[in-house]
Amino acid sequence: MGEALVVSDREEFITTKGRQKQPIKCDADSIAGCVSQRACVYCGARVVLNPITDAAHLVHGPIGCASYTWDIRGSLSSGSELYRNAFSTDLQEEDVIFGGGKKLTAAIDELVGKYQPKLIFVYSTCIVGVIGDDLNAICKAAALKHEIEVIPVQSSGFIGNKSAGYRAACDAILQLLQPTGIKKANSINYLGDYNLAGEAWIIESYLREMGIELNVVFTGDSSSEKLKTATQASLNIMQCAGSTNYLAGKMEELYHIPYIRVSFLGLQDTADSLRQIAAALGNEEAARKAEILIARESARIQPVIDKYRRKFAGKKAAVYVGGGFKAISLIKQFRELGMEVVMIGTQTGRKEEYETINSLVADGTVILDDANPAELERFMTKQGANLLVGGVKERPLAYKLGIAFIDHNHDRKHPLSGYVGAVNFAREVYSTLCSPVWNYLPDHDRGDVV
Amino acid sequence: MKEKKAACRNVNENPCNMCMPMGGILALKGIENTMVVLHGSQGCSTYMRRHISEHFNEPVDVGSSSLNEKGTIYGGEKNLKQALDNVRKVYNPGVIGILTTCLAETIGEDIGRFAEEYLQEKNGEEIFLVTAPTPGYGGTQAEGYFFTARRILTCLTKKSEKHNKINLIVSNISPADIREIKRILNLMEIKYTLFPDFSDTMDRPFQRPYRKMTPEGTKIEDIRKMSGAPATLQLGMTVEDALSPGKYLAETFGVPLYNLPLPIGLENTDRFMEVLQEVTGKGLPDSLQQERGRLLDGMIDSHKYNFLGRAVLFGEPELVYALTRTCLENGIHPVVVATGSRTAKLAELLQPYIEAAPEPVQILSGTDFAVIRKYGEAAEANVAIGDSTGRYLEEKAGIPLIRIGFPILDRMGGHRLLSVGYTGTMAFLDRVTNTLLDSKLKPYRSRMYDTFYRKAT
Repeated sequence: MGEALVVSDREEFITTKGRQKQPIKCDADSIAGCVSQRACVYCGARVVLNPITDAAHLVHGPIGCASYTWDIRGSLSSGSELYRNAFSTDLQEEDVIFGGGKKLTAAIDELVGKYQPKLIFVYSTCIVGVIGDDLNAICKAAALKHEIEVIPVQSSGFIGNKSAGYRAACDAILQLLQPTGIKKANSINYLGDYNLAGEAWIIESYLREMGIELNVVFTGDSSSEKLKTATQASLNIMQCAGSTNYLAGKMEELYHIPYIRVSFLGLQDTADSLRQIAAALGNEEAARKAEILIARESARIQPVIDKYRRKFAGKKAAVYVGGGFKAISLIKQFRELGMEVVMIGTQTGRKEEYETINSLVADGTVILDDANPAELERFMTKQGANLLVGGVKERPLAYKLGIAFIDHNHDRKHPLSGYVGAVNFAREVYSTLCSPVWNYLPDHDRGDVV
Repeated sequence: MKEKKAACRNVNENPCNMCMPMGGILALKGIENTMVVLHGSQGCSTYMRRHISEHFNEPVDVGSSSLNEKGTIYGGEKNLKQALDNVRKVYNPGVIGILTTCLAETIGEDIGRFAEEYLQEKNGEEIFLVTAPTPGYGGTQAEGYFFTARRILTCLTKKSEKHNKINLIVSNISPADIREIKRILNLMEIKYTLFPDFSDTMDRPFQRPYRKMTPEGTKIEDIRKMSGAPATLQLGMTVEDALSPGKYLAETFGVPLYNLPLPIGLENTDRFMEVLQEVTGKGLPDSLQQERGRLLDGMIDSHKYNFLGRAVLFGEPELVYALTRTCLENGIHPVVVATGSRTAKLAELLQPYIEAAPEPVQILSGTDFAVIRKYGEAAEANVAIGDSTGRYLEEKAGIPLIRIGFPILDRMGGHRLLSVGYTGTMAFLDRVTNTLLDSKLKPYRSRMYDTFYRKAT
C-alpha cells in the first residue's frame, strides 16, 4: 500500500497494480464497522428477480425490507406492472414471537384473490430465517391450493453477502424453467440484463436485425410464461456475470445450453459481443449482418464520441460499482473516451474478474473490493480522480469532494447499453466533467485531513 | 369521521412508512460529532444510508455490525464491539449511537450490556455511547426518531443547575425548517437548545477539505444541561409518552413540557409564538408580526383557489397533523388523512377540528398506499400532500403530488423545502394553491370547448 490503512483488516482487500504481487482478497463477508457500501442477501435476490413483470413479489418480513426496495429499479415492462408494487407481510412483534406462517398463507391467499398472479415470489428476510417459518412448505401448499407458481426465495439477510442473494434468485428461477423438448435455432436468452431504461429492447433490436431471436431476457421485461420457454434457446449470452453466472452454468448442465459472456457497454464491447454471438451460433448470415450494423452505427456514433473525447484529455476516472462485469467494461469504455481509470472497485466482484481488471488497468491503479466511503475518499483524492462512476450512495460523496459523477446504478432512467447508450455515457461524462460548476470551487486544500 | 385500520388485511401493499432504525439514524445525525452503528445484518444500514443520502444529497456514513450466520447463532457481541472499534479508528466520533435492527432484537441482543462492557474494557477513553433498541417491527421511522431522541437524553443528560435556555425538541422536519425555527428564536432573542439539530449536519455547505465528521449538530454540553431548562417545547403532539423526549425531561428532572403542533399553518404558528412568549416573557418582534400579516394577506388572496382542493395527506403523524389543520384553515378539504404509524392519537387530536368539516374526513392509521389510493379516488381527491412514496398516486391515480416530508427521492431539494413559521406556511400554501391552479388552468380551454361548444353544436 505504501501507507497504512486505518483498519488493518481491510489491507488485503486493496491492491495497487504493479506494486503488489499477491491477489486481491474478495468474495468475503464485510468487516463490522467498516461502512460497507453493500446491501444484503435479500437485496441481491430482489434486484435479480424484481424485473419479472407479472410476478407478485411478496416480502415475508418486517416492513422495512419492502419499503426500501419498492420499485427500486428502472426496469421497464411491455406488459404487466404487478412487479412495481411492494408487497409485505409486515410482521409485527406478535408474529415474531408466535411465528409468521399463518400470516404468510393468508397473505398469499389475499394476493391471489386480488391480482390472480400466475407467479408469486416469497422472499425470506433476516427474522424469518431466525424464527424458522417453513417457507418451502407454505409455498408448496399455496401453489397446490391456487394452482399457480409460488416460489420461495431463501434470502435471509445474514446468510452471506449480496452474492448469496444472486444465487438464491437463480435457484428460484431454475424452479420455473421447464424442459420443453423443443430447441430453436438462432434463438438466444440474454442473462444478466434488467431492462433498465429499455436496454434489453435496444439489444433485441440489434439481434433482430441480425436475424436472431431474443427468446427470454433474465430478467428484464420477462414474465412467468416467457421464462418457462427459456430452455428452448440454443445459446445463452450473459452480461452481468455476478448475478447470473451460476444460472448460466446450471442451464448448461441441465438443459445443455452453452453460454458466452457479452457486454454492450461501449462501442468496442458492443461490436465484439455482436460478432461473438454470430460466431457462437455459427451463423454466417448473422455475422455479415452484424458487420453492416456495426459499420453503420459506428459511422454514426464515432464522430459524436470523438467530439466529446477531445474535451476529456488528461482527465482521470474512478469506478466503484456493484459487480465486476460493469467495472471491466468501464475501463474499456473510458479508454474509448481517452480517459484512464486510476481507481476501481466493486462490491461483489469475483476473483477472475479482479484478474481481468488487473490486466486491463495501468500501473499504479488502485483496486478495491468491498470499499467504504473513507477508502473511496482517500483513494480518489490520492489518485487525483476527476470523476467517479457509482451509485446513489457514492454520488454525494463525490460531489462533496468536488468530483464529477456518473450514475451507473439500477435506478437510472437513461440507457447506457449499445450505441445509443455509448452516446448517453459520453454525454453524461461531458455534462458532469465539463460543467462550469467546478470553476466556482475553492481550489486549495483538496486533500483529506480528518 | 371513521377510523379505518388496515389490520384485517394480511398484505401491506406499497408501504406508507419505513422502519424504526431509520428514524433513529436521523435523530442521531442531529448530535455533534456522532457516528451511528446499526447492530444487525449489513443490508439495513446500506438501505437506510441510500434513502437518507438521496433525500439530503449528503454522504451518510452508518456502520453496521454486519452480522453473519455465526453471529446470528452465537450472538453478535463480538461483531458489535469490532464495529465500535473500527468506526472509532476511522471517524473518531465523540458519540456513537447504537441502534438495533429486527435481527438483533429477534435473537435477543442486549446492547445496553454490550455498551457498558465496552466502556469498561476501554477504561478511561473519552467516548459516549447511546443505545436504542429499535426493532424494525416495533414501529415506523417516526417512532424510531422520537424514541432514539429520548434515549439520547436518557444516556447523556445529567442533573444540571437551572439556566435560561429553553429546550426545543423538533420532529423530523427539513433542515430549512429547523433553520427557520432558529431564525425565529434568534429574532425573539431567546436562548435555546434545539434538539436534535441536523440542519447543518445534513445540509452542509461545500467546503474544502472534506470532513467525515461534522462539529455541527446539538452540542453534547447543551444536551447534558437540558435538565436545567426553564421549559421544554416539543413539536410532538402525536408522540406517545413512552417515546417522548420531553416527557422524559419532565418526569426525571421536572422540566415543564409544552407539547405543540409543528408550526405549519396560521393557528399552529400562532400557538408556537404564544408559548414562546409565555415561557420566555419575550414579545413578538415587529418583523414577525409583519410576516404574520403577510401570511394572512396571502391566505385571503388564494382562498378561493384553495377551496377547490380535495387533499390526500399522508406521512409521519406529526407532519400530517399539522398539514391537515393547515388545509382546514384554508378551505382545502382533507378527504383522506393517513399514516403508516399505528397510532390512535392522530384521529383523537384531529377530531375537534374535523367535526365542523362540510364532508367526512377519512382518517387512516397503520395503513398503506393501496388503501390510501382507494379512499382518495373514491372521494375524488385532486391533490396529494406527502413524501415521494406517494408518487404512485400521481402516476397511477392522476392525483398531483406536492412533496413534503421524508423521504423525497425523486425531486431535488426536498431537504430545502421551507414549510414552518409564517413565512414557511406561505411558501407551502403557495405550492398547494399553484398546483390547484394548474389543474384548473391547464385543461381550461379544451374542457370548456368540450363541455359547452361540442354539446351545443
